[in-house]
Amino acid sequence: MKKTYAIEVDCANCANKMEEAAKKTAGVKDAAVNFMTLKMTVDFEEGADSKTVMKDVLKSCRKVEDECEIYF
Amino acid sequence: MSKKLKKNLVRILVTAAVLVILHVIPAKGLIQFLLYLIPYAIISYDILRKAWKGIINRQPLDENLLMAIATIGAFALAVWGRGDYTEAIAVMLFYQVGEWFQAYAVGKSRRNISELMDIRPDYANVERDGALVKVDPDEVEPGTVIIVQPGEKIPIDGVVVEGTSSLDCAALTGESLPRDAAPGMDVVSGCINLSGLLKIRTTKDFGESTVSKILDLVENASSAKSKSEDFITKFARIYTPVVVGSALLLAFVPPLVRLAMGISPEWSDWIYRALTFLVISCPCALVISIPLTFFAGLGGASRQGVLIKGSNYLETLSKTDCVVFDKTGTLTQGVFEVSRIETAGPLSEDELLKLAAHAECASSHPISLSLQKACQERCGCAVDRTRVSDIKEQSGHGVCAVVDGKNVSVGNEKLMRSLGITPSAVKETGTIVHIAVDGQYGGCIVISDRLRDSSAEAIKALRKSGVRRTVMLTGDAASVAEEVAAQLKIDEVHSELLPSGKVEMVEKLIRERGSSGTLAFAGDGINDAPVLTRADVGIAMGAMGSDAAIEAADVVLMHDDPMGISKAIRIARKCMRIVYENIWFAIGIKLICLILGALGMASMWLAIFADVGVMILAVLNAMRALFSTRGLTLFVH
Repeated sequence: MKKTYAIEVDCANCANKMEEAAKKTAGVKDAAVNFMTLKMTVDFEEGADSKTVMKDVLKSCRKVEDECEIYF
Repeated sequence: MSKKLKKNLVRILVTAAVLVILHVIPAKGLIQFLLYLIPYAIISYDILRKAWKGIINRQPLDENLLMAIATIGAFALAVWGRGDYTEAIAVMLFYQVGEWFQAYAVGKSRRNISELMDIRPDYANVERDGALVKVDPDEVEPGTVIIVQPGEKIPIDGVVVEGTSSLDCAALTGESLPRDAAPGMDVVSGCINLSGLLKIRTTKDFGESTVSKILDLVENASSAKSKSEDFITKFARIYTPVVVGSALLLAFVPPLVRLAMGISPEWSDWIYRALTFLVISCPCALVISIPLTFFAGLGGASRQGVLIKGSNYLETLSKTDCVVFDKTGTLTQGVFEVSRIETAGPLSEDELLKLAAHAECASSHPISLSLQKACQERCGCAVDRTRVSDIKEQSGHGVCAVVDGKNVSVGNEKLMRSLGITPSAVKETGTIVHIAVDGQYGGCIVISDRLRDSSAEAIKALRKSGVRRTVMLTGDAASVAEEVAAQLKIDEVHSELLPSGKVEMVEKLIRERGSSGTLAFAGDGINDAPVLTRADVGIAMGAMGSDAAIEAADVVLMHDDPMGISKAIRIARKCMRIVYENIWFAIGIKLICLILGALGMASMWLAIFADVGVMILAVLNAMRALFSTRGLTLFVH
């Protein structure tokens, strides 16, 4: 299951870091951050609940870039 | 300008002003230190905080920490009297200027591009109880009649039921000439109604309409990343640790070696050189400018009516050296028309056409349809099926039927010969339909597909833009194919191919093309979806309203002008040129600065100027991709 979320982040490198962090989060099969369109596409693993996973994703993203925001 | 940008701009200006003032105040020692601490705090508090958080979260190697170490280090050297406070603050100041500029430029281009693609309709007008109501286009069911006033966007695909107008489709196709709309015509969403009121019966849901499909495509375009983008991400990942490692070595190894050799270690000099390294360690210029270039390139292309599904296709497209075309519908208009009628007996041209059209009335083959259409247009009479009986289709030959009591046979040469008739030889290219009435040869009708006006120019433009081989594939007869190819000056023709044969041919061409170039296939997407998928880049033409084409192709030309193919390739080449310019320029300048820094010939000033300067130039260069093909029309004529 793939979902796209609007995000807020300041710099391109930070966007890459968010992508890395999101990829490593449990329940996420793959993630891609598009800095130019400010969008994060998350491919969830089978049976994962997107809401709870996204909470973890935001948490791990905040760790690498504390001023980022994901709207879900 | 956002609030944050404004705030940062104020910080930058205040710090610069304070620095100038402090420069003329003759303070010394502790007071000087404390005074200089003020601008330093103003300009770097957020960086220091982020750096600290980075350490806590065990993500230490980020540019914030590096800048923090570099400036604190420079400050410390100044306290020891070996450096200069201004330098430490200036480094941070310019770093912030760079960050500010980057945020500004990115925000600006983001807005620019979204304005370009501002085709999303906000509402649809529906008549309810005699009053016009604005509703969400999502809620409009197919089959509803919607009303589009002059100046409004058509929200959903449909058919005009009432009213005439002209439509501006520039946002979709890049074509500035307005199109006409009249009752019975299909219209696509996203076009702007220019003059008259239109009533449109919708044929699709909003989500299935052209405008939604296009927005979807554009918004998801850059999620497929190109090789260069991957390269940059990987490069950035190793670049920073390598530079930081070298900085550490530079700070400790040479002084220790000097100490061992018994000469003065010059600690502060080497530490200064190491700090200079740290200033250059952020790969910002690359990390920002490459995706920005692709984004601008994709945006600029979509303004021209060329939708590219991702930066990876932009990259493949830029390497195109062989373009394969489908003939019908791509190089030709795909509309069969009766081009000439030749009588050989007592029947007039019109009578011949009428008989042929009637005999073919049961078929939906394009040839039959063109006969019926010509009959309607030339003779003003619709085909009346009651006049026709005993229709016998003879597969691969033609059709025999009884029309108005006459035995009419319509078909190719083989059919005529089977009836014992020798038809007249026609030299014209196209499909030739012979007609015999009651066993007597009546004459023939030539049906041909017209070339698109810009096809020949498009082939020329492709060759000028560096495409080495052009190939045309067609299911048509060899004679027709050869003539079209000769007219258009196409290098190679393969005719009488079945759809599967086209795929095989493209596979063969891909094997032949070698490893450096790529092969693009351009078709109209109607029955060549497998070929579109198999080619390195599949280009679908005239895709407005065709879902299959939008799905199968990698590049979608919204209008049906083959010039768009060379346009797309030129945009891609320009974009990739900018990408490589930026990669070499940024890496080159950084390397030079690192070497000069290690040799002690570059100050921190130079390092930060190089860092920010490269970034600004790279971003400006990237923005060029947005303004793609201004010189194109000049170039072609």
